[in-house]
Amino acid sequence: MSTALLETRDLWRTFRLAGPWGRGPELTAVAGVNLALSEGETFGLVGESGCGKSTLARLILALLPPTRGEIRFAGQNLLKLNKAGLKAVRRQMQIIFQDPYSSLNPRMTVARLLEEPFVIHGLGTRAERRAWVAELLEEVGLAPEHAERYPHEFSGGQRQRLGIARALALKPRLIVADEPVSALDVSIQAQILNLLAELQTRYGLTYLFISHDLSVISQACSRVGVMYLGRLVEVAPRTALARGYLHPYTQALLQAVPLPDPELPYRPPALRGDPPSPLAVPSGCPFHPRCPEARLPRCQAEVPELREIAPGHRVACHFR
Amino acid sequence: MHGREFWQRFRRNRLAMTGLVLVAGMFVVSLAAPWLAPYDPGYIDLEAVLMPPSREHWLGTDNLGRDVLSRIIYGSQVSLKVGFVSVGLATLIGLFLGSVAGFYGGWVDFLLMRLVDLMLCFPSFFLILAVIAVLEPSIWNIMVVIGLTSWMGVARLVRAEFLSLREREFVLAARALGASDFRLIWRHLLPNALAPVMVSATLGVAGAILTESALSFLGLGVQPPTPSWGNMLTAGKDSLEIAWWLSVFPGLAILITVLSYNLLGEGVREAIDPRLRD
Repeated sequence: MSTALLETRDLWRTFRLAGPWGRGPELTAVAGVNLALSEGETFGLVGESGCGKSTLARLILALLPPTRGEIRFAGQNLLKLNKAGLKAVRRQMQIIFQDPYSSLNPRMTVARLLEEPFVIHGLGTRAERRAWVAELLEEVGLAPEHAERYPHEFSGGQRQRLGIARALALKPRLIVADEPVSALDVSIQAQILNLLAELQTRYGLTYLFISHDLSVISQACSRVGVMYLGRLVEVAPRTALARGYLHPYTQALLQAVPLPDPELPYRPPALRGDPPSPLAVPSGCPFHPRCPEARLPRCQAEVPELREIAPGHRVACHFR
Repeated sequence: MHGREFWQRFRRNRLAMTGLVLVAGMFVVSLAAPWLAPYDPGYIDLEAVLMPPSREHWLGTDNLGRDVLSRIIYGSQVSLKVGFVSVGLATLIGLFLGSVAGFYGGWVDFLLMRLVDLMLCFPSFFLILAVIAVLEPSIWNIMVVIGLTSWMGVARLVRAEFLSLREREFVLAARALGASDFRLIWRHLLPNALAPVMVSATLGVAGAILTESALSFLGLGVQPPTPSWGNMLTAGKDSLEIAWWLSVFPGLAILITVLSYNLLGEGVREAIDPRLRD
């Protein structure tokens, strides 16, 4: 692999909950994540709700300080940068959020909203910025006349386009898309995914694409990472998903993808129950209480390492 | 929450509209006092002392023969000034401290909120009384002291709004763009936190007017001969049995004013969030 655009090394984040008498228990949201994205690729991150995907996104964008570990962007350690250095790096990495209703300031017109990135970084004159906003709107499939409207005058899909335009404004190298389509109708999902793919080819963007929906991920991404309770349990090229021989959790997620064929026989859900509370992570392999293949006592006692089982394919399971 | 929608809901609320009309009327009266008042409020006419309401003096005259209606009209200027300046001051302080506490959190928040608790422990009216007793009683001192002792509610409101807003995705997006703390607060958080502050400020005006009237009634507020509703009540209480109009009309003026600000404030609150109606 060429030198990574983004790399995390043993990244941890814990939250201290408030208890009735002050400090409560500690929640581990991200536990020792090692991730490397090379320039131009689309890396998909899947996992159930609450597995730490969004926390990881916020850590990578330096919106939240990690408890421990390192984040490197284009060779620079984000945690060692001063204010000005961090601001310069922020131009190169942006985020698209899930909820198109809360990700746009309801009191700013589209023009103000899209102009803001340039204002923050002191780019262009007023007239230039106006022109750039119009360009951005066209780029994401909206009309320049939309500039004087407020976010609430748009539909969900249009608002997501505005979020993409804002992320695109500074011509970043990396865009973290945190569940960018899961709040949208299926028909609109495809439009937004196509738009993201187009922009990637045009600007050579690198995407970190986060979703709980493996069907969306396998459509859009070249590599897939699977998270469970804050840990990466599998990193695989997309092609490996079809070949099988995966982490039991990934297999269960794949089986859960609905197939659009009513003739198929009913398949019982592969996974029972909810993920355990991240406050009480099971001993050994964190997946063992729900794993159909768990073999005691090893799975209960020993935390599996993320091992390479094929080129570019790493799995954290004792039996793969 | 947008302007048109807000106005449509507000307009349908009859009580709120009454409040708005009365408040607006009060503004007109105090600004146009020199033209509206039939007499000079300080003009002493010893031939017309303690006259009951009549065609010449609609609301009667006081023990120095001054026209009560004219004095009430001029007194509204005091109420308006006190209401707006002291609430303006309190709102500014509350916005500032609440923003800082809610945005930065941690020990800054802890210290500021303990300061709020401390300030709320004082019975504020007696604090004001004590301060005014030391300083000389003047309308400016009253406004400043009321302002300095009534910002805590606003600070708490703004802090609470900030705590929920600062995790919202549009704020994170602005942060990811590299926005400074000042820009985040000023452009993204404050504009979205203002609605409840408007309500509390409107209600605060009513409270400030009441406090000023009480202080003036006790002789620690606006000093005679400048007319204020509070000091007119003081003068009236000595001749309550023989000249009811000296107490009743300034009292009614206070009542109606406070009531209309409260109606307006409640109306704004309901129009902002119709769910609060019940």
